[in-house]
Amino acid sequence: MSEVDTKAHDEAEEKAYGFWLFLMSDAILFSLLFATYAIMVTATDNGPARTEIFGYWRTAANTALLLSSSLTMGLASIAICEARKAAAFQWIIVTMILALAFLVLEIQEFAGLVAQGAGPDRSGFLSAYFTLVGTHGAHVTVGLIWMAVLCLHLAMAPIGPAVQSATERLTMFWHLVGIVWIGIYSMVYLPGLYQ
Amino acid sequence: MFGRLTEDALPLYSEIAMAGAAVTVGGGLFVLAVVLWTRSLLYLWRNWLTSVDHKRIGIMYVVVALVMLLRGFVDALMMRAQQAMAMNSGGYLPPEHFDQIFSSHGTIMILFMAMPFLTGLINFVMPLQIGARDVAFPRLNLISLYLTAAGAGLVLISLVIGKFSTAGWTGYPPFSETEFSPGVGVDYWIWALIVSGVGTTLTGINFITTIVKRRAPGMTWMRLPLFAWTALCASILIVFAFPALTVAGAMLALDRSAGFHFFTNDGGGNAMHFANILWMWGHPEVYILILPAFGVFSEIVATFSSKRLFAYNSLVFATVVIALLAFTTWLHHFFTMGAGASVNTAFGITTMIIAVPTGVKVFDWLMTMYRGRIRYQTPMLWTVAFLVTFTIGGMSGVLLAVPAVDYTLHNTTFLVAHFHNMVIPGALFGFFAGYVYWFPKAFGFRLDERWGKRAFWFWVTGFYLAFMPLYALGLMGMVRRLQHYDNPDWQPYLIVAAIGAASVLCGIICMAIQLWVSIRDRERLADTTGDPWNARTLEWYSSSPPPAWNFARLPQIKGTDAFWRLKERGEAYREDENVGAISLPAHSNDGIVYGALAFVFGFSMVWHIYWLALLCFGAIAAHLIVSSFRHPTEDVIPADEVARHEHDWKTAARAGSRYDGDPLCDYRTALRKVPAQ
Repeated sequence: MSEVDTKAHDEAEEKAYGFWLFLMSDAILFSLLFATYAIMVTATDNGPARTEIFGYWRTAANTALLLSSSLTMGLASIAICEARKAAAFQWIIVTMILALAFLVLEIQEFAGLVAQGAGPDRSGFLSAYFTLVGTHGAHVTVGLIWMAVLCLHLAMAPIGPAVQSATERLTMFWHLVGIVWIGIYSMVYLPGLYQ
Repeated sequence: MFGRLTEDALPLYSEIAMAGAAVTVGGGLFVLAVVLWTRSLLYLWRNWLTSVDHKRIGIMYVVVALVMLLRGFVDALMMRAQQAMAMNSGGYLPPEHFDQIFSSHGTIMILFMAMPFLTGLINFVMPLQIGARDVAFPRLNLISLYLTAAGAGLVLISLVIGKFSTAGWTGYPPFSETEFSPGVGVDYWIWALIVSGVGTTLTGINFITTIVKRRAPGMTWMRLPLFAWTALCASILIVFAFPALTVAGAMLALDRSAGFHFFTNDGGGNAMHFANILWMWGHPEVYILILPAFGVFSEIVATFSSKRLFAYNSLVFATVVIALLAFTTWLHHFFTMGAGASVNTAFGITTMIIAVPTGVKVFDWLMTMYRGRIRYQTPMLWTVAFLVTFTIGGMSGVLLAVPAVDYTLHNTTFLVAHFHNMVIPGALFGFFAGYVYWFPKAFGFRLDERWGKRAFWFWVTGFYLAFMPLYALGLMGMVRRLQHYDNPDWQPYLIVAAIGAASVLCGIICMAIQLWVSIRDRERLADTTGDPWNARTLEWYSSSPPPAWNFARLPQIKGTDAFWRLKERGEAYREDENVGAISLPAHSNDGIVYGALAFVFGFSMVWHIYWLALLCFGAIAAHLIVSSFRHPTEDVIPADEVARHEHDWKTAARAGSRYDGDPLCDYRTALRKVPAQ
């Protein structure tokens, strides 16, 4: 870089700021899916209702997995900030295992619902449920792929500002995924289980 | 293998559709032939198609917009011709075809004409205005351009392969569901919207980050030029409103392709929920279109009145208030849904309230003109026509905001007249004004005034002739989107409206001639100073066209109208010794790669070629991952090249400008000519 005039902008900060805006946009997308779910929750078309299809243990396990993965992701980001590679690897891999377990449970749940005739094409309620929870699951998948790519970056070169800035954004993304899950847990699962 | 795609997709069902397809394909081939004939493919590829320079990207956006304007306008002409002749007869367009045309007209004009036009203007002007070297994310900017182009491409190709939607530009279910629209038309509409919508969202993020993080030193919020303020507010609206379009489109796609029941008649679907989500995007969208045009008018009215903007602060606050209120009025698009008297009243009131900040703006512009030394050049003519015409449209809007009135006028041509009366003067005239105003900055020569004025008069006359009769027809009970009718009282009005459309056609022809004449006479129209209009804001503080690096050194801002201040002090073209080397992001193929993949992805989703869609999606993801391992390359412009450009421009400007040291010199000369009493 041979820029002579004072660099008035900090690239990492700009990227983080832009990513915040993207997350806001993503949050709006989720809020619309939540609103749709709230509207369609009674539109069961004489099919299964929310009181009949959710499993207590699976939901509890999913919540525990995802919230602990938020913690381990935080620990990974601290390790990357401090350029401690071994610890970074360790925590990212723990996070990936937790996220993968979450996804397996979710896919099992979806497959089970489809098998018992409660797929998304059964009723408006199930369409809204699958779309909301499925979009969240897609976000988890994206996060998982992102973490794998981050591991590759870590393996290939010493920890530099580029990886640190990417980790900052990944952490932000992962926390949004966690926050949305809290919304799903309280709006979708809890009222279904305790009604 | 190819999903639903068979040879039946070719437009052999009607001669008019075949002609449309032939023009589309022929137009594409013609452009390709010219490029190959002049051997400019390599030049275009290196300097334009892969350039991450915000100015070039801006110009390419405007080119997309102008091409799509032609396409959308042909649709308009065909509709006006059909309705003028379809009294007690079928006219010349069968209903299926007529429905495609009004659907594509709306979709194109809003999403692929107005959106690229405003994005192009903001891209070109805003970084210059705030004293920045480029937008915050130049490569992302290029990708956004190609995603928009991919969406536009999907609409264009629907004319050749398959058919476009017949469900109107809003695509209301249940009609747009598979049960009633089993073809590919609605899918083209959905995927064009989603693909370009992703691009637009990324653009919004890019613009906000640029304005928040890259203002030149000293450019505080209340020194920001008004166009940059409106760009910021429009971008905030984009980031917060476009997810609603994505959600509505994606849900409809799931209904259509995967058997979901969001909006279907059966299975517990709720069709009105679509209207809700769509207009949560759709109403802010109106302000996304109009706010940047308000910014253009603000710049022009100050420049051509040789006065600073009247009540700058109130204009800023009005802009922000409009942006906030834009999210509170969406329900007025479907008062007749039956949400109840209280809900309708609440949204009727918010709709009337939003007219207040808009009114504030109109008075601010009028007061800027008051006692100004007004130069009636083309940009100013568009502005004055806007002020008058837009106010009429605003008043009919306040009328429609009364739910009881809306119940009688809903879905009539009164509504059609109203929103054209808002969007044509409020957005399109603004874009035309901006096009004429900033053209010399982009290309180094002005557009011909004579042909510009002809285009203006044809457009304005055509607008009044085309849309005032529609107000009357709406009050006479004519429903919109009629393919034929049997009421003889309507026909004279519809013939007048068709004559209006013909006048607009003359306006468009004048604009084409204007462009040609201006390129021919570019020596006569050349602008050597970089400041052809005696303007006030920073984008004029550079050569025309500006160098890739915009400013040799980032300017220090000491107040509003930064450039005017420099001219007042006679400092605008003072030589600067401390010029250094500048590094800029190198050109990038990413835009074309993502754009092409997104286009094929959209196309294969439309035709249910799922393996190809999956392949494209995977390729996009793989490219994203691979490019995270690449280090972005930069081009370094050596200090002596920067210094040489700076010296050449400032020398030419000092020789050519009458305004440096006394920006009001024209005004003072004119005063001196008035004989003493």
